[in-house]
Amino acid sequence: MELVKILLLLFLIVCAIAVSFTKGMLTTVITYTSYSLVMSIIWILLESPDLAITEAAVGAGVTGVLFFITMKKIEGIDEEQEEDEDEQTEKKL
Amino acid sequence: MSRQRKNYEETKQYHFLQWLFGKEDYLNGHIEMKEEEEEEIIEDTAQFSDEVQRKRIYERLYNLDKNREMKFFNKIYAVVSVLFCLCFIGIMLLAVSYLPRFGEASNPDNNEVSERYIEKGQEETGAVNIVTGMILDYRAFDTFGESNVLFIAACCVTILLRTDYSKKSKEQKKILRAQNEDRNYEPKNDVILQKVAFFLVPLILIFGIYVILNGHLSPGGGFSGGAIMGAGLILYLNAYGFAKTERFFTSKTYKVITVGALSFYCLAKSYSFFTGANHLHSIISAGTPGKIISAGLILPLNICVGLVVTCTMYSFYALFRKGGY
Repeated sequence: MELVKILLLLFLIVCAIAVSFTKGMLTTVITYTSYSLVMSIIWILLESPDLAITEAAVGAGVTGVLFFITMKKIEGIDEEQEEDEDEQTEKKL
Repeated sequence: MSRQRKNYEETKQYHFLQWLFGKEDYLNGHIEMKEEEEEEIIEDTAQFSDEVQRKRIYERLYNLDKNREMKFFNKIYAVVSVLFCLCFIGIMLLAVSYLPRFGEASNPDNNEVSERYIEKGQEETGAVNIVTGMILDYRAFDTFGESNVLFIAACCVTILLRTDYSKKSKEQKKILRAQNEDRNYEPKNDVILQKVAFFLVPLILIFGIYVILNGHLSPGGGFSGGAIMGAGLILYLNAYGFAKTERFFTSKTYKVITVGALSFYCLAKSYSFFTGANHLHSIISAGTPGKIISAGLILPLNICVGLVVTCTMYSFYALFRKGGY
């Protein structure tokens, strides 16, 4: 059990650093939601299921969705770049 | 004749008539003067030149090879920001080193307050879940403030993001509607999403209602249950679109539900504070702990908080998505 706890905490630290260092906004938001999900598991291990339910619903669910719509409105998801990458991978294949 | 006309063109009468008949003069025949278009063109060129000038100024400003002051400032900025960060981390770690160790018996948080919550909480509030007993009985006033904060946040988002169609002309309305209907560029009827939502949405909503209604018996409560129900509604909206959700949820239902829930919360809690402060006998009894209808006011207050949170979550999503609901 201790090992699982340490692994989860390490995952939290890696996620927190990765959020600030990744360049693509889509990856950032997905890392952030995974951070929230792991955080909710840690809340359960710390015996506070009240917080775990709220964290899973708000942190991993609603905020992620709100970020996605905002990115779509400000055109933060770079579709052209993704298409270019797809074409490149297709050529390689 | 030409001189006369010139004189006439300078008189006030001519200008007045020109203004009155929409730039047509009966003495000159029906010659339309296209001054408006000329003005527009001039404005356009002015704007264009402005933009070009601005671009040139910015280019000159941010050309780091020539602007030495900017280069120097950038270097100083990087050094100072790193120093500031290190100082801040040091101060924070120093502050942490003065804190008592985690989970020791002699810590200041192990005082008579938590002792009383744990020993007499169930007896006094009637709630099996001590956390809910604390949140909605001992500290109900705090929770009231939190719900109001959510309501104010929803109002602010409405002010910022709501698109007001009434003041726009017809063409502007068309453009705005087209911009806001972002489903135009998506597969309108995503079969996978719709089938998944068909099974999941009822389950999520029922789980949310369960969490709200059992707030005083099991983990959870108004806020968590409300967040779950809000997430379920958002999933439903994503799968089936605004046409279906607008049948039961408009801005009017939002107003009625939130204001009603908040005012009921305020009145109910004022009553219990009034009787508690004056040592009067309250009609609302704690009941037998462990049953659904027990714990006095906690169950209705949980329902109120849950309703406010559900509506706020959903309206946030709808406002972000198309600026109205």
